[in-house]
Amino acid sequence: MNTSNTFHGSSASTQSRLQLRSLCVSLQKSDLFGHMNVTIEPGEIVTIMGPSGCGKSSLLAAIAGTLSSDFSVSGGICLGDRDLNKLPPEDRHIGMLFQEDLLFPHMSVGENLKFGIPASIKGKQARDVLATQALEEAGLVGYFDRDPATLSGGQRARVAVLRTLLSRPSALLLDEPFSKLDVELRERFRQFVFRHVKAHHLPTLLVTHDPDDAHSANGPIIEMAAFQK
Amino acid sequence: MNLLKSLPQRLFSLRYMPVLTLLVFLLPVLAGLISSILPAFGYFPAIGNSDFSAIAWRELLAHPALPSAVVTTITTGFIATVVSLMLAATFVAAWHGSKTFLNARRILAPILAIPHSALAIGLAFLIAPSGWIVRAISPWATHWDRPPDVAIIHDPYGLSLILALAIKETPYFILMILAALDQSQSEQRLKLARTLGYKPVAAWMKAVQPNIYKQIRLPIFAVLAFSLSVVDISLILGPTTPPPLSVLVLRWFYDPDLSTRFLAAAGAILQFIIVIGAIGFWYAAEQGISRFARIWLTLGGREFFERPIRLVSKVAMRTLTGLFVGSLIVIVLWSVTRRWRFPDFLPSVWSFQSWNNNIYNLLGSSTTTLVVGLASSAIATVLVVACLENEKRRGKYAGSGALWLVYLPLMIPQISFLFGVQILSIKAQIDSSWISMIWTHLLFVLPYVFLSLSDPYRTQDDRYVKLALSLGASPAKAFWKVRLPMLLRPLLFAFAIGFAVSVAQYLPTLFAGGGRFSTLTTEAVNLSASGNRRVIAVYALLQSVLPLLIFAFAMWVPNYVYRNRRSLKGM
Repeated sequence: MNTSNTFHGSSASTQSRLQLRSLCVSLQKSDLFGHMNVTIEPGEIVTIMGPSGCGKSSLLAAIAGTLSSDFSVSGGICLGDRDLNKLPPEDRHIGMLFQEDLLFPHMSVGENLKFGIPASIKGKQARDVLATQALEEAGLVGYFDRDPATLSGGQRARVAVLRTLLSRPSALLLDEPFSKLDVELRERFRQFVFRHVKAHHLPTLLVTHDPDDAHSANGPIIEMAAFQK
Repeated sequence: MNLLKSLPQRLFSLRYMPVLTLLVFLLPVLAGLISSILPAFGYFPAIGNSDFSAIAWRELLAHPALPSAVVTTITTGFIATVVSLMLAATFVAAWHGSKTFLNARRILAPILAIPHSALAIGLAFLIAPSGWIVRAISPWATHWDRPPDVAIIHDPYGLSLILALAIKETPYFILMILAALDQSQSEQRLKLARTLGYKPVAAWMKAVQPNIYKQIRLPIFAVLAFSLSVVDISLILGPTTPPPLSVLVLRWFYDPDLSTRFLAAAGAILQFIIVIGAIGFWYAAEQGISRFARIWLTLGGREFFERPIRLVSKVAMRTLTGLFVGSLIVIVLWSVTRRWRFPDFLPSVWSFQSWNNNIYNLLGSSTTTLVVGLASSAIATVLVVACLENEKRRGKYAGSGALWLVYLPLMIPQISFLFGVQILSIKAQIDSSWISMIWTHLLFVLPYVFLSLSDPYRTQDDRYVKLALSLGASPAKAFWKVRLPMLLRPLLFAFAIGFAVSVAQYLPTLFAGGGRFSTLTTEAVNLSASGNRRVIAVYALLQSVLPLLIFAFAMWVPNYVYRNRRSLKGM
């Protein structure tokens, strides 16, 4: 099975680096963090660590473009040559995984996956095939028509990853997606996510306060405190 | 002795409160409906008829005004509901999270607090041929020095009626959508859909709307039922030749010829059948649409008329808001007008004469409005708190079935059961009394108080009460000293909503008051046919001010009480 074709077509090997240049996020004139300079190469996983409430999730929201208008963002967020800072979230092509799997309860597992597939892939059959292949790849054969509510936590988490990958992102943001899983499942799920990140050369930013996540990612580790006064 | 001692405690046990509450407000509704059905089939011993027959139905179906009245009822009711729902949904979809949205959200509560009839009166002053809008552009743009001869209000198609309903129901739908959004993970799902490449409207329509629709279905049915059977707005703005069915039925009920009661009862039941049929039709259409929508959801299209929807929804919301604000201003102007000739933009002579001339009537109807509103809201709040506290203590939450029961009085047309309620209250010898007035208002106040209070009450962190109990406080002390003070803000807000609902009631006051009681709303609506804009404006203004004052009070009290408590401080 060619996972690269399922999720990325031919573009997997041509991913760009994700760069944060002097990034600063503030709320009501008080800086959450400032002067953040980070470069993430394709396939690299950079881990940002810090305690709860230090602004990790705000950092990811700033990169994804989903930060509420109460915050202000300055500095550069670049994917290759593209400056993302002024773009709406849907035009950034940055996939994101949250603490919750956020599967749409009004859709079946297959429909959730097809929701992620770009509209440029036309035809019901082609879209069904892609979603089915993705499920096979994740060891979820036969789950296409299942209600997400009937899946286990680990299965739901994998479907959420597949949905994001099927949208063909150019970078990936991980907002503590492992924190709600039990210890055994967490390790297996980490490996599942990181394997896909490497296979698709996605520059990836992981925020966590779990040192095990950081070690498994096997990439640079940055403490959030370094960017705070 | 022990048994006697514990009897009051047993009688007032929280465990019986849900049953008591349902009896208080559901029993009269259902009994009233049945009591309306019997006269529709000829059984009305009070006026000497104890034989069942279908004469009233034959008379009703042969009535020359019926076909047009039914068509007007169905078209205006459906169009108003669909337009309001679409405007609310597209506005939230396109503008959710923006400054435009935050500004619009601020005006929701005042719009909802103003009674329908007051808004309708203001709108009539605004859009009539001699209204403020025409005055604003005359004569310089129109060359009109007298009002044009066009039927804008009471227009045969019910357009002004639809407009008034849309101004009131769109904010209600927005509020319901926002409440549904808060309850689910909608915000995060919206963000997720955006990171998957979906534009704002498409993201909302595909990732959020299908989920929250189930939560707003009952409010939609309530609005549909209301729009199909509304009386007061129809009297002020609706078509007259013939009027919508509800107005026709009301006329028959108040016909001096007692035999028309049979016809009226049959009409009231027909109104009920139309509403039930409309709700059934809506549900069937919804099922059909959702089948097609499922396919559309997964086709991957990232856009859904983004620009047109943003533009149209913004313009429409601004127009509705402008009409609302304009309606209020023009009411204030007319209430202090002595002379305001067409086409002057402002009155030429100002005066409080209308207030002075009507001071005794105003005081009387204001007092009745206040007493009935405050009493019914207070009783409703106590009953709702007792039910919700019972849920908390028993750890069992009422399911969706209970929610249907709460919505039931809002989905049955008022005119279909109030006649029956009136018959029952005559039998119980409480007709035209304060008890029947307050009780009848309670039927409509209670559901809204419940809907407003249930979420904050159910989601309150129980650990505070548990902590109080672990510190040795009795359950009663924990309730009075911990639970209620922490819920002060939503409690008062629910009370204010209940009061606003009570002030707005026209038909219940008419039926329960039996002509002995008049509130600001009944006076304003009855005067609306008189053409004396100055006097109508005075009543409409007071009718609007009272609920706003109670809302202001409900906001001020918690802010004052908790001025030194940051986490309990509100806006």
